[in-house]
Amino acid sequence: MRVYHMTEQSYFPAWEGDQKLRVDLPNKHCDPKIAGDLFHRYYDEWLLADDLGLDIFINEHHATATCMSSVAAIPLAILARESKKAKLLVLGYPLGNRMDPLRCAEELSIIDVLSRGRLEMGFVKGVPYELPVSNLNPVQIMDRFWEGHDFILKAMTSHDGPFNWEGEFYHYRHVNVWPRAYQDPHPPVWITTSSKGNAKQIAARGHVMATMGTGYASKGTYDAYKEQRRAMGEPEPGIEKFAYLGLVAVGSTPEEARRRGELISEYNKSSGRVHPPFANPPGFLSVDDNARLLKAGSKRLARLVTKDGRYITPSKASVEELVDAGMMFCGTPDQVYQQIVDFSDAIGGIGNFLAMMQAGYLSHDDTVSNLTLFAKEVLPRLKEYRYTPREDAAAAAE
Amino acid sequence: MDAQTETRSDPRAAGSATIAGIKLEMIRRGRGRPILFLHPSNGIEPEAPFLDLLAKEGEVFAPSHPGFGASELGAGMSNIDDLAYYYLDFLEELDLHDVLVVGVSFGGWLAAEIAIKSTARLSKLVLIDSVGIKVSDRETRDIADLFALTPDEIAELVYHDPTQAQRDLTQLPDDVLRSIARNREASARFGWSPYMHDPKLKQRLHRIDVPALFLWGESDRVVKPDYGRAFAGFVPGARFELIAKAGHAPHVEQPEATARKILAFAKEAAPHVPSKEVA
Repeated sequence: MRVYHMTEQSYFPAWEGDQKLRVDLPNKHCDPKIAGDLFHRYYDEWLLADDLGLDIFINEHHATATCMSSVAAIPLAILARESKKAKLLVLGYPLGNRMDPLRCAEELSIIDVLSRGRLEMGFVKGVPYELPVSNLNPVQIMDRFWEGHDFILKAMTSHDGPFNWEGEFYHYRHVNVWPRAYQDPHPPVWITTSSKGNAKQIAARGHVMATMGTGYASKGTYDAYKEQRRAMGEPEPGIEKFAYLGLVAVGSTPEEARRRGELISEYNKSSGRVHPPFANPPGFLSVDDNARLLKAGSKRLARLVTKDGRYITPSKASVEELVDAGMMFCGTPDQVYQQIVDFSDAIGGIGNFLAMMQAGYLSHDDTVSNLTLFAKEVLPRLKEYRYTPREDAAAAAE
Repeated sequence: MDAQTETRSDPRAAGSATIAGIKLEMIRRGRGRPILFLHPSNGIEPEAPFLDLLAKEGEVFAPSHPGFGASELGAGMSNIDDLAYYYLDFLEELDLHDVLVVGVSFGGWLAAEIAIKSTARLSKLVLIDSVGIKVSDRETRDIADLFALTPDEIAELVYHDPTQAQRDLTQLPDDVLRSIARNREASARFGWSPYMHDPKLKQRLHRIDVPALFLWGESDRVVKPDYGRAFAGFVPGARFELIAKAGHAPHVEQPEATARKILAFAKEAAPHVPSKEVA
């Protein structure tokens, strides 16, 4: 198992109070001097992760105090130059939310070259609340996503001069990306999903599939991926094709871990603070899903199932409940190791563990300790991890 | 090709008809001169008294637009032009002449888009609280961003009396909920960006050569009456009238007053409309 350190590079100083944090929080609440200090701090933590043998995971969000990384290419470029060994995973470029896939292909090619082939190229459709920001239509977002995906791969693998592209969404007449990507044929592609239908499409292309904090429900998407590969007559995919994002709080004692877990779990409370209409723009979900949501009315809340079949709401859950639901891994190194292995075995085998080791209000000193303890005590054992399916735990999955 | 029409057993419910290649849900009511009602983005209520009031003086055709309600979305349809050209095919296939077109909000925009392309089968045009053009400067939003508002916030802008909007969606049957979800999705498909308008429409409105009446709820806060006055100013000979105690949906809040004005306008002898100069 590989392990990636992730932080959303939040601007947590603006979280106090109950104001919304996404889309419409005025940026007068951002002090650029503090933002600068925070960026340097987060990059220092990633460089420490690199020194400790961890990989690096960067994301992108827009108009939000929950994540200052509005242009993922910038941290990628800096870390391509400053880190030494780590894989640089971006998960991802929000293709449903970007106007210009040619520019995406150019940025990603430079980063792959600059890092001498350490880029892992994740594509996501983009979160619902950022479509009102980009003003790209939520309707047909997945169609736009797949055309952008196809275009970027074509642009990265074409080496014999300009090609033409006149698609449903994108039009180019002279595509010729310089420099070309370092990895051949192109950097590995990762895609996130929480649906079985998308899992099959990702599997059909043989890309890495990532599920983000979806707990035991991830098993359904992992199974769908494997089923698709079998249907294609392909061998059982290795665990390197699967990734999972969880929150991680390690401590030298259970008490220290719990304190860190509580600070980190503030992430769950901040993440959903958005004016409701932005959370579900028309066309982002299917008609059937929207009809179901209308039927449920105000009763609906995001929820996760625990390994023993209870439902929890992440924004209100305790550290123990988050651990039970596979959203957080918290405890001493021994405990965290066992939690990750048990969870991975239950959902179908994680080859890439995306660890949010900084989130919420976790300070720099705590993050350094979290990273160091994890890398020294947990990572060496996870590197030896072999997937062992566990039927009993799987039964709890949705 | 004749339109294939099958009507449900309840004669007041919307029937289903394949017209110009698309299976539409359509209310068809009354006898006499054809009246095409183009619904706003939240669709049509079959029980709304407004359609009955219009049907006293003509045959009302009130389809759900392609992609809305239970109507099929035509292949490749992605913008307002696709809908406007579709309705020209619709009028041709049903062979309707001298059609009075009445459009509300999104439906008004659609009516204008149809009329700039061809008025050959139209007699008169009524645009009610219509969206569709850009009037103010680039930093002033003419049309309230309904996609950024909660249902309660929307009701405050749409209705003169916001208590009109109160209903418990969780109690509605599944097919109605699907229609609500489809209406919302289709509104974004055709109106997400540029938001609820066509930047080219304003400069083409001079082509409209049938009499046009603009009706506007005096309390409309989605598109304010001054927007309606400006819109009417681009249509040759168009008249603008306010409807009291109504917001963005006068056909719902003041159906009698709205229908009365429409039917009176329909009966007027055609005033002189400056027609296009032929070079």
